[in-house]
Amino acid sequence: MTTAVAEERETYLNAGHGVKSWLLTKDHKRIGLLYLFTITFFFFIGGVFATLIRLELLSPHGNLVSSETYNKLFTMHGVVMVFFFLIPSIPATLGNFFLPLMIGARDLAFPRINLLSWYLLVIGGLFAIFAMVAGGVDTGWTFYTPYSTSYSNTWVIATALGIFVAGFSSILTGLNFIVTVHRMRCPGMTWFRMPLFVWAHYATALIQVLGTPVLAVTLVLVLCERMFHIGIFDPALGGDPVLFQHLFWFYSHPAVYIMILPAMGVISELVSTFSRKAIFGYGFVAFSSVAIAVLGFLVWGHHLFVSGQSLFAGMVFSFLSYFVAIPSAIKVFNWTATLYKGSISYATPMLYAFGFIGLFTIGGLTGLFVACLGIDVHVTDTYFVVAHFHYIMVGGAIMGYLGGLHYWWPKITGRMYPEGWAKLSALVIFLGFNLTFFPQFMLGYLGMPRRYHVYPDEFQVLHVLSTAGASVLAVGYLMPLIYFMWSLKYGAIAGRNPWKATGLEWQTDSPPPVHNFDEIPIVTREAYDYSGTVGQEVQVG
Amino acid sequence: MTTETEHVDSVKTYAVVWIALLILTALTTGVAYIDLGPFSVVVALTIAVCKMLLVALFFMHVRHSTKLTKLVVLGGLLWLAILLSLTMADFATRSWIGA
Repeated sequence: MTTAVAEERETYLNAGHGVKSWLLTKDHKRIGLLYLFTITFFFFIGGVFATLIRLELLSPHGNLVSSETYNKLFTMHGVVMVFFFLIPSIPATLGNFFLPLMIGARDLAFPRINLLSWYLLVIGGLFAIFAMVAGGVDTGWTFYTPYSTSYSNTWVIATALGIFVAGFSSILTGLNFIVTVHRMRCPGMTWFRMPLFVWAHYATALIQVLGTPVLAVTLVLVLCERMFHIGIFDPALGGDPVLFQHLFWFYSHPAVYIMILPAMGVISELVSTFSRKAIFGYGFVAFSSVAIAVLGFLVWGHHLFVSGQSLFAGMVFSFLSYFVAIPSAIKVFNWTATLYKGSISYATPMLYAFGFIGLFTIGGLTGLFVACLGIDVHVTDTYFVVAHFHYIMVGGAIMGYLGGLHYWWPKITGRMYPEGWAKLSALVIFLGFNLTFFPQFMLGYLGMPRRYHVYPDEFQVLHVLSTAGASVLAVGYLMPLIYFMWSLKYGAIAGRNPWKATGLEWQTDSPPPVHNFDEIPIVTREAYDYSGTVGQEVQVG
Repeated sequence: MTTETEHVDSVKTYAVVWIALLILTALTTGVAYIDLGPFSVVVALTIAVCKMLLVALFFMHVRHSTKLTKLVVLGGLLWLAILLSLTMADFATRSWIGA
């Protein structure tokens, strides 16, 4: 094929021009990119709030912003990062783009609903932005009652409505994935030949469909009590404030798995590709995703150990919480076992995979600390918990997201990113992340409460370390933004399969044609069949 | 891929179900005016469950759907049961110890 012919080839990127062709597209790949732009925007908004929080905590005396402003900063950081970045991050961008490609389908089952889901996220996001601009909200991203229903004088209703609308975006994405996996697999693509990325997204979709409606109902109940004084959560009106926490965490604990399961799916792809080996224990890794999705719904009460929940319920939830460690550990051990005797290459996506495995393990193990009733009493609402969930949601989910973005960038754009800069950014992010959040474990264990901006002087050294780390982390996050844009024009042409990977997505052109495949593929082999390629590690750099 | 023949209920069936739903709604309202003590909630929830079943089985076509669709419905009900039972594990046991 000559270069001239290659340039004329129709791809999903040049099949239509103009804003309208994007805003009305039903192509899952373009919708994936619309999501990518949207969540990147929200990521940097959330990052600005994080920057202000860390700057404020440089000093123990709270002399940059007022207490009221500080309350709004951590609330809006949480709301934006959780609901408008992390929840849609991997599923709605990489999942949207690659799930159909990886099972040999031409699109998702419901392309119009897919576009609708993006519009719902944007509409929800606009509500949230309105709330931020109009004066902000100060309840914490958890909206605990009775503060959110009876006392807060900030924009609770607008923010809750935004999350309510965005929740339907998540439900529709999950619904689309479930139906697509059931009905759209190409010939020969049996359930146990599916890439583990697809298994992870299937499990994620189950959580999205089963859990998110409960969040929607809960937020409506908050609005009913706040606006019409209908007694649901307020004891003065006959309600129970702990009921809110039950309902909220019934969704919001599994929501953590909406963030981490797709990242685990990405890591399975990366570890296999860059070890030139099939994933060790494919079936166990596949079913561990489903097990995490199911068990994730049985543990929410570990967020309520000091809330007034009964001791019996506390013991039940503590006991059940430990079970989540089993499928999580299966994944970590199986990824590690996959590396054994593999032809490992240290391309950028693999660096992120290594980062994920290490950071997720720390986040997961500290999760066992906080699942223990006795220890949790000591560390509840301290920076220990803040560090723990950032190791999962940033060290885990965002490392997985960035690893996946680098891995599939050549397929999405047809261009390679600059490997040297990308490796440097992965290293900077890993170091910056640990410098930011490891001191927070120590701060929390020593007694530094979360959501306070004035603190004893002896905590300042650790806070300064954490803020220094956040600065490094910010540089690390800005670097991919710059070199990814650079690569669109100057990056080397990627070709169909720069990583010599086995997935179906690598068998079509880069960028893919509008309908993904010129001919629907027929699958005759297991996933990750690298037999015959031993010793052929991926050439990078 | 499975092939399914779509079963269509008659208009008469839908009309009967609709009238049954109206009667049950009236019954719920009527019972609200009678003091049944702790059984008020039991009766109200029983009627609500009956209405839910009518809507799901007839209006949502679950009665003639595939096993997979029925599994989805049962999955939803199971998850509702998880929500209620584990929440009650707290509310029902607060008077035990250390509440």
